[in-house]
Amino acid sequence: MSLLEIEGLRVEFEAADGPPMVAVKGVDLTVEKGEVLGLVGESGSGKSLTCRSVMGLIPSPGRIAAGSIRFDGAEVREMKRAQLRDFRAHSVGMVSQNPFTSLNPVFRVGDQVVETLRVNRGMSKSAARAEALSLFERVGIADPERRLLSYPHELSGGMCQRVMIAIATASHPRLLLADEPTTALDVTTQAQILELLAEMRREQGMSLLLVSHDFGVIAQICDRVAVMYGGHIVETGPVETIYHDPEHPYTQALLSSIPELESAGARQRREPIGGHPPELSEVLPGCVFEPRCRYARPECKSLPMTLVPVGGDHASACPVRPLAAAAPESGKAGAEA
Amino acid sequence: MSSAVADVPRGRRSRALPSWRRVRRLPLSVRIGGAIVGVMALAALFAPILAPYGPNQLDFGAVLSSPSPQHLMGTDDTGRDVFSRTLYALRYDLVVVLFVTYVSLPIGVLTGALAGYFGGVVDAVVSRLGDVMIAFPFIILVIAIIAIVGPGITGFLIGVPLASWAIYARIARTEMLVLREQPFMLATTALGYTKRRAILRHAIPNLLRPCFVFSTVDLVGNTLLLAGLSYLGLGVQPPTPELGAIIASGQAYLLTAWWVSTLPGLVQVLFGVGVGLIGEGLSDGGLGRETL
Repeated sequence: MSLLEIEGLRVEFEAADGPPMVAVKGVDLTVEKGEVLGLVGESGSGKSLTCRSVMGLIPSPGRIAAGSIRFDGAEVREMKRAQLRDFRAHSVGMVSQNPFTSLNPVFRVGDQVVETLRVNRGMSKSAARAEALSLFERVGIADPERRLLSYPHELSGGMCQRVMIAIATASHPRLLLADEPTTALDVTTQAQILELLAEMRREQGMSLLLVSHDFGVIAQICDRVAVMYGGHIVETGPVETIYHDPEHPYTQALLSSIPELESAGARQRREPIGGHPPELSEVLPGCVFEPRCRYARPECKSLPMTLVPVGGDHASACPVRPLAAAAPESGKAGAEA
Repeated sequence: MSSAVADVPRGRRSRALPSWRRVRRLPLSVRIGGAIVGVMALAALFAPILAPYGPNQLDFGAVLSSPSPQHLMGTDDTGRDVFSRTLYALRYDLVVVLFVTYVSLPIGVLTGALAGYFGGVVDAVVSRLGDVMIAFPFIILVIAIIAIVGPGITGFLIGVPLASWAIYARIARTEMLVLREQPFMLATTALGYTKRRAILRHAIPNLLRPCFVFSTVDLVGNTLLLAGLSYLGLGVQPPTPELGAIIASGQAYLLTAWWVSTLPGLVQVLFGVGVGLIGEGLSDGGLGRETL
């Protein structure tokens, strides 16, 4: 049994007039024990919402309309209030995008760690203090004794993110949800934070769901990747496979839009993806990527998006591509212009 | 909680150590205002020691005598020492005004925080109730209550909190609406904290500062209101020493013995300036940028 199983997840936002906007349109996702799963996609692809659904933290006009979220076999959506609180306190941790605003500005960071330990692990004040100190050491905060007494505004972004990681992992969660944990940080700090996350996972056997728009970040520490676009998962597979042999046209386009250092004379042109991602209000009966897809065919407008295995652990939601690959020129529609 | 005492040194001492440095980092206006209010508070506290005469000690041999080394602020129409009466009045006024202001503040902050956090019915009830209180002229409301309970301090003690909690509630609610969307408030849910903990421990400390800043304005307003009511004869009754009452008693002699009304009036102004300076300095954001 997988640690986390998401099936047919649908997140909707009530609209004042007209039908609700659907931001996540039937997502299936599994995270195995001890695995690092990367969830990659553009802004608005529904990756953060998928991640937050696990904790039941969908912002207010939104709601989970359908689907099941099972953690270690238990249905999260059916949990009673106390169960849900216990689940959030002990089983999952969350690290979010902006480390500065994730910490309460009026309290010393040490006190915030101590509070988590006292509330969620029932520690005494002195035991929690000692544990906070060792947590700070473990997440690599220099001069931890003094840092415990700092206010969030006195720390750098990377430091705040380390504190957040210390808080999120304080009660040894089995799954850590990291929603763009490095987006607000500079590249050097980013690498250090990713290294820290990888290390914590190795030490504690924790699973990690890492949400990012940056393929570089994903490639650095993930075992498996799920690519999201327009509220759907369009491709999933081992990170190596996805990176070197992407199946879905969107993944291919996404990868070829990443700037690379010129390597040994091979000058590759970066290719931006033409067009825009679909609006939330747009309802496309067929493939959501069809309007921007260079392999699009007439039947794409009506074919449903379902993940089809294409060998091993690798699945793609494009039934046309394998055919198109055979005759690549035939399907080039208006994408060129 | 039982281990709190044993652990105090570690947190508290390091917290208390740089306190003088913290004071010096405060904006100048807060330090000046704090000094003014502090001296006045001390003077009020030690009124029985500092006052050369009793507050109601009559001396018909020295009626309406002008300020002199014997009577720093002169004497009134019954020969009572105005300086001594002012010290006792300050004592009385400070206690009453601090009480009504800081009873209103927590009630307002709590109701406003709940309204902002939960929205919906809670918000509707708190906000409409507050609107009614704010829409109604404040002084009229207090006078109406005095009309019911009779002249004296009771009407003031009941009437002021009844109306002024609403302003704190409004401030707290507005702040809470912003705060509720902050990632650190989301984090309290993600960490499995109870709503009670999220509101009381995490949100309210962030709401206190704007409310506290407003309370300095409120404090001055309440001081003036108390003095005003006493001046009108609706508040504190003679012979209790109260600033407004003293000022009112000197009114008839303004041209012949100006000191009876003027000097206590200046004391009142000074208090207002002191509190105002503190409030202004705090609102400028000098007290720790930690409040975002």
